[in-house]
Amino acid sequence: MISKDFSQEEWNRQLRERCDEEATRKLQQARVAVAGLGGLGSNIAILLVRMGVENLHLIDFDKVDFSNLHRQQYFPEQIGEYKTEALASILKKINPYVKLKLDCVKVTEENLPTLFTKEDIICEAFDNPQAKAMLVNGVLENFPGKVMVASSGMAGLGDGNLVKARRLNKNLYLCGDGVSDCAMESLYAARVALCGAQQAHLVQRIILGLEG
Amino acid sequence: MKFNGEQIILNEKTSLLEFLQREGYATDKIAVELNGEIVPRSKYASVTLKDADNLEVVCFVGGG
Repeated sequence: MISKDFSQEEWNRQLRERCDEEATRKLQQARVAVAGLGGLGSNIAILLVRMGVENLHLIDFDKVDFSNLHRQQYFPEQIGEYKTEALASILKKINPYVKLKLDCVKVTEENLPTLFTKEDIICEAFDNPQAKAMLVNGVLENFPGKVMVASSGMAGLGDGNLVKARRLNKNLYLCGDGVSDCAMESLYAARVALCGAQQAHLVQRIILGLEG
Repeated sequence: MKFNGEQIILNEKTSLLEFLQREGYATDKIAVELNGEIVPRSKYASVTLKDADNLEVVCFVGGG
């Protein structure tokens, strides 16, 4: 029986039960940024930590709001906290040894070149379409070697199977149905989480070299 | 020219920006890939489209 205060070695041993030694090492050494910590980003970060990713850079300027609780992974007692801090405390409950870099800032064309210098993979998890386009363009223009995992179209109650992942070029992946806009339809927990799970799954495949 | 996977005919000399606007794209909500490479936003106006080009436009809608 493992105590609730497990050691890092105990966590690693458990991880190796499902990944081999090399995969475990790749996951632990990867550096992933999650930009936007709402319905997509909160799900993506939690999934990545459970998968064994240890170096995460979390970026969001916003605070947890009551209206977030129906879709995002926060708790009522966290209302009013910055999402970076609130998500960090959730992630540390899952794996106390996770190494987090928190930036409570709004991503702009100006700060983007200095914000993402350390990460190999960047998840775009914003809600605003102009912000999504700005981040994707900015990362691909400024960092030709980095991989961008972006999202578009996860609103409404349309067929969940339309929320797909596709590779657009060697450095750009896009998840979602491509069309369902939150300006036209509400966002619901499961369909947004499907999109976030597609993004997190792609990140794992990229880290493990399964995307070629 | 190939545009989002379909072959189209360019009737006249067109800049990328003119083409995007004519097709009804909001240029602040898209990413543009020309022959497999992302086109910096600042170059949309100065890139001239050619018959041999392969143009892909990625649109972003709201939600996250």
